[in-house]
Amino acid sequence: MSNHQAIQIIKSTVVPLPAENIDTDQIIPARFLKATTRDGFGKNLFRDWRYKGDDENQPNPDFILNNATYKGNILVAGKNFGCGSSREHAAWAIKDYGFQVVVSSFFADIFSNNALNNFLLPVRVSDAFLEKIFNRVNENPAQEITVDLATQTISIDEQTNEIFEINPYKKECLLNGFDDIDYLLNMLNEIETFEK
Amino acid sequence: MSKTLFDKIWEKHIVKQIDNGPAVLYIDRHFIHEVTSPQAFKGLEKRGLKVFRPEQTIATADHNVPTIEQHLPIQDELSRLQVSQLVSNCQENSIELFGLGHPFQGIVHVIGPELGITQPGMTIVCGDSHTSTHGAFGTIAFGIGTSEVEMVLATQCLLQNKPKLMRITINGKLNESVLSKDVILHIISQTSASGATGYFIEFAGSAIRTLSMEARMTICNMSIEMGARGGMIAPDDITYNYLKDKLMAPEGEDWEKARAYWKTLFSDADAHFDREIVIDAADIQPMITYGTNPGMGIPVSEKIPTLDNVSADEQTSFQKSLQYMGLQAGTSIKGTKIDYVFIGSCTNSRIEDLRLVASFIQGKQKSPDVIVWVVPGSKQVEKQAITEGIDKILEAAGFQFRQPGCSACLGMNEDKIPAGKYCISTSNRNFEGRQGPGSRTFLASPLTAAASAITGKVEDIRDWMNPSSNKQKLSAAFYE
Repeated sequence: MSNHQAIQIIKSTVVPLPAENIDTDQIIPARFLKATTRDGFGKNLFRDWRYKGDDENQPNPDFILNNATYKGNILVAGKNFGCGSSREHAAWAIKDYGFQVVVSSFFADIFSNNALNNFLLPVRVSDAFLEKIFNRVNENPAQEITVDLATQTISIDEQTNEIFEINPYKKECLLNGFDDIDYLLNMLNEIETFEK
Repeated sequence: MSKTLFDKIWEKHIVKQIDNGPAVLYIDRHFIHEVTSPQAFKGLEKRGLKVFRPEQTIATADHNVPTIEQHLPIQDELSRLQVSQLVSNCQENSIELFGLGHPFQGIVHVIGPELGITQPGMTIVCGDSHTSTHGAFGTIAFGIGTSEVEMVLATQCLLQNKPKLMRITINGKLNESVLSKDVILHIISQTSASGATGYFIEFAGSAIRTLSMEARMTICNMSIEMGARGGMIAPDDITYNYLKDKLMAPEGEDWEKARAYWKTLFSDADAHFDREIVIDAADIQPMITYGTNPGMGIPVSEKIPTLDNVSADEQTSFQKSLQYMGLQAGTSIKGTKIDYVFIGSCTNSRIEDLRLVASFIQGKQKSPDVIVWVVPGSKQVEKQAITEGIDKILEAAGFQFRQPGCSACLGMNEDKIPAGKYCISTSNRNFEGRQGPGSRTFLASPLTAAASAITGKVEDIRDWMNPSSNKQKLSAAFYE
């Protein structure tokens, strides 16, 4: 059985990262992919933006993760988030750091799959809505955002919300804590028949 | 009903279509390597599962191996552990491993085709985004994450949504000195780094048809750099000739049977594509990237765009990129000083690439100000290069001929470009820090890289191509 916690409603302040085309080498550089477990990648999340001179003792004060004003378990990023390498370590690092949701106006395909397989919810919003989130959080870092998976709604407040899309199969998985392997393992007989 | 090449292969591999959901897609071949597989094996173990079809998974060590003194134990402890874990996972699960020291070891996307494991009509996956390379043979091949590696190990299947389909047709004859690397950098510069997200691409047209298999692989390899799930090219005589007599290709009657099937693998005349792009081969020039994603490319002879030539929503990332690269908008890229040259990676490390570089560099010397690494894609490529004396030509020019691996493409091993230094690289990604923290990457073809090595500055290969003798030699090495 999957070890994942079902996702339902997530309400949190957000960490805004408006850069576009954030690739998986920025999320977790290759030199930190030497571990053979899924744990502990959060400490190197955005490593080369987060620290100066590749030194953990020199946090870059200009980078958002080092700014105590912004915290929460929703990461909001510019468009084409997660492009590049297929490394699932990127999703593990974001999840391990403590994020449960990533909001962007566009996600790279493989990242999106990897995130869903780790119960890290990628929420794709319109460019205009993304802009609204950045503006509101800029005005008020304590602004909370609510993501409701069942109704597929992301809301800044009661008047400002948007419906997001998610594959119905994946939604069921996330709401119930199932994963693809559970599904496929139940199909082994059919797979064997197909092979003949 | 008329079908695309993609449809024909996809439909043949559907075990079940979930209502309102993905398809259960059967996977013919699965490649694994040391970096993205250990957690998948751990996952299996945790669930008490065995590998379902071990004979359909092939392993190699490539991402995290040294490219010198491969006969010695790996010095970096974590890397050594990762590689040794691959060995034990393969042993425990009866998976064939072409590990360090094996005569077939090499970059996973180089060894699959050269061993004849990759064949038309197959579904192929690997925990690496450049799995799209195998699409050059008319396969559905794409990169997956580690959870998906675990699914394939456990069930030989994946849950996949059918992507949209795009056809990119390149008509006409390629210009002199334009290599397939220039073709794909040109395409990505037109579509942008995310322009094909959600799509699977078929490359077609007369310019594609004349390319060798290795040149086609370079194109499909970089489909992912415009966001596509994968890229593919319908098989033809060039494909069959390449595969014939490859170690794991079918033989005798099986070969005939396979080839008869392969001949059905093309897009029907009126097949529907969700998006079509048509390019005139004559418009493609030798290319280079100036920014920090592969879509930021220009012909080497042109100037870096000025801010007003960039769309309003891209201006911030354009400026950030140039700042990182230490370059000025509106200036020439040709003549920019470089510190390193990297010829290698799953994009451009095959024997034809090395032959081209050797035939160009023969009798010339690299600039004393640059370090040049040539990293062959596999042990077989390395062996062939030595047989042909390519290693000697490279070394005489001051190039270092190293041992197979992913190397400075991603800088996971010791082969890193130092902070602030410029590298002209035949690899596939110019992301910030990709080749080492603070490294600055120019992506280009093997010829552009070799010419730039001579002067230590970004060169336009066309300036080096006047005498007809050299040109003929290059053509013979590159085109079928």
